[in-house]
Amino acid sequence: MTSTDLARAQFAFTSINHFLFVPITIGLAVLTALLQTAWHRNGRDEYLRLTRFFGTLLVINIAIGVVTGIVQEFEFGMNWGAYSRLVGNVFGAPLAMEGLAAFFLESTFLGLWLFGWDKLPRRVHLLTIWAVALGSALSAMFILAANSWMQHPVGYVMVNGKPQLNDIWALFTNPVFVWGYAKVLFASLTTGAVIMLAVSAWQLRHRGDREVFTRSARLALVVLVPAILFTLLVGDELGVIEGRYQPMKIAAAEAQWTTCQPCSFSLFQVGGGNNDHTPTKIIAVPHLLSLLATNHWNGQVTGMGPLQSQYSRQYGPGNYVPNVFIQYWGMRAMAYLGALVLLISAWGLLLVRRKKLATSRLFLRVAVWGAVLPFAMNTAGWLLTESGRQPWIVQGIMLTKNGISPTVSTTWLWISLIAFVLLYGALGTVDLILMLRYSRKELAPPRAETDLDTPVPAVQY
Amino acid sequence: MNLIPFWFIVIAILWTGFFILEGFDFGVGMLHDIVGTDDASRRAAINTIGPLWDGNEVWLIVAGAAMFAAFPGWYATMFSGLYLALVLLLAALIVRGVAFEYRGKQDAVRWRRSWDVLLTTGSLLAPLLIGVGLGDLLHGLPINSSQNFTGSFWDLLQPYAVFTGITLVLICLLHGATFLCLKTTDGMRNRSWLLARQVAPFTAAAVIGFIIWTHVSASTTFFLNVIELLAVLAAIAALWLVYERREGFAFAATTVTIAACILSIFVDLYPNVMVSSTSHAYNLTVHNTASGAYSLKAMTVVVIVFLPLVLAYQTWTYYVFRKRVSVSDFRPAVPSPGATPAQKPAPEAAAPPVRPGS
Repeated sequence: MTSTDLARAQFAFTSINHFLFVPITIGLAVLTALLQTAWHRNGRDEYLRLTRFFGTLLVINIAIGVVTGIVQEFEFGMNWGAYSRLVGNVFGAPLAMEGLAAFFLESTFLGLWLFGWDKLPRRVHLLTIWAVALGSALSAMFILAANSWMQHPVGYVMVNGKPQLNDIWALFTNPVFVWGYAKVLFASLTTGAVIMLAVSAWQLRHRGDREVFTRSARLALVVLVPAILFTLLVGDELGVIEGRYQPMKIAAAEAQWTTCQPCSFSLFQVGGGNNDHTPTKIIAVPHLLSLLATNHWNGQVTGMGPLQSQYSRQYGPGNYVPNVFIQYWGMRAMAYLGALVLLISAWGLLLVRRKKLATSRLFLRVAVWGAVLPFAMNTAGWLLTESGRQPWIVQGIMLTKNGISPTVSTTWLWISLIAFVLLYGALGTVDLILMLRYSRKELAPPRAETDLDTPVPAVQY
Repeated sequence: MNLIPFWFIVIAILWTGFFILEGFDFGVGMLHDIVGTDDASRRAAINTIGPLWDGNEVWLIVAGAAMFAAFPGWYATMFSGLYLALVLLLAALIVRGVAFEYRGKQDAVRWRRSWDVLLTTGSLLAPLLIGVGLGDLLHGLPINSSQNFTGSFWDLLQPYAVFTGITLVLICLLHGATFLCLKTTDGMRNRSWLLARQVAPFTAAAVIGFIIWTHVSASTTFFLNVIELLAVLAAIAALWLVYERREGFAFAATTVTIAACILSIFVDLYPNVMVSSTSHAYNLTVHNTASGAYSLKAMTVVVIVFLPLVLAYQTWTYYVFRKRVSVSDFRPAVPSPGATPAQKPAPEAAAPPVRPGS
């Protein structure tokens, strides 16, 4: 493996892992805040018990989300030194803003929320969990602004071959950012809601408190249905926008080698890949690709072949085709899993209307196992986005292979890769054990009527 | 106005803020197993920093990100040069951060003792490695004409850098011990004070040695500058105040000591940001690593708006959690009416809860 391969493998490994925990944090923080708001407004004890129950799951995940986030920040300098040197004055700005405006907020108020139960007035304490939710959502905003700049660079001028920031607002009005961030928010809400639904379903199946967990399952479903629907709709629009700025990414997602108009969408294909230009497409839905990629019934999608020759003329000889296998199947895994989540959630909502949610054993079983779906969906989505940008690290400005740290040896890269794999493997296992254990815990017993006005004890380490 | 020196100051402040705040977290992390004689007292020690450590650690993240945004060349050379040290640092920060959250989540003795070991090790390694890195900035690393580090891992472990790391560990120990004096009660408080007394002479000696070494290697003047002098005086004051058992003033003195030591590195570094031991012509300076004027201006607006805000709500956090932590809060639930056992359901809760009226 070359240094570039190793650096890429490491970044992919650490960021995929990081993004297993981030959407739980963003989604579950909002849901926990909603539960606590419900308790604050109607004073019913079961909402407090649910807040504490799901708050514990939230905290178990935030811990890993935070520490794996530090790795992300350090990796740019460690493995991608040439990249950092070239684009730091554009790309670094949103990262620094993230720390100052978002990460401080999230971390400080998390401590206040956990330890402040019996020290803050209830109203103020409620605000702290909303501050955590806001902080984590803002954090994703700045990171997405930085990432979107790599997909579609805006707001800069080239000075001596170096991009120089000349419009910070452009980073936040970048269409790739606006739609990409909306998608991450909805996908995070989806993830959090699916987790809450799965845990509630497990509890309902195993004689957990029926009335209380029916409430949390209903809240999860009410959030989940619009969240997954918007994830899919926003994702569709994001595809059109990326098709405009990164046509190669979209062409590869359809394994479309030649230009077509109108274009059909294949449900799946046999064969394909970077060397097989004539895969057998199974069940081609006419016009669907045109619609997905351009929003027009008869829209034209430029194939990878013509794009390759165009880029070779524009940027010099080289291979500008990303890994077609990852693109094609990443796109499908994301879309199909998203559709599956939508179906499950619609089914759940139907059961809620018929008041059969707590008794449908089949649905509860499906909902428990549904917990894995959003993680596979999110990972597939990021693979599609990031692998589809290749061979560029910044579209049109710098190639990935030119972005690595020139004097970091492959030995160092191997050492760090192995270290992170071992560390994350151990952490992931511990996190999973704790998540399962705490999801299956019995809900705290209701407080005696006489205790309802006394302060709630703080969470302690 | 030229924003380049301003951003160098901002970064120096961020690093200083990080060590003032996270310094005692590191100290408490290293000491929790020594000052704590049983699980309850170890938990009490950890909970003195429980609500605070996470917000404190963000200072490091922001310091790193600010270097990335304001001095990309510095960030790139430093992070790729210190590579293996940073891998170790990340591992230390990861296990330490997770240890806080996970230690109390299971009751098994082996589980808790394992996290104790990881917390202690992580809290020791982190300031040591950061100290080595900061020492390397000042004392010089092999850096070539295109600003790339050309040495090996062993080049990082030069005597001055290692001594900087050890000094920071010793200051963090004393800073953590004086913090524990302020935040615990009774026996814990006494043990913390005894620990502070044992550590203080070593810390003071290390700080004096570190300041002299720093001055000799980085400065051409004979006399110490103000910051260096402050570090020496504060370290001696801390030693005296610990022996006098003036806990509040002792903590103030360790705060000034740690701040002055970090600042002295940056003061002696300026206008360089990384010294090249290959040739001084290759030194990284604030000028040959800085971002464009527009980026610095945009970032300046952000830092002027948000840093005071952060300081305000972090100060408020310290005010909210100003009370001392008592070991008795962590003893297994004894049937006393005022005690608040930590979310442990009573044994009879094993039966499905019956809701009145349902």
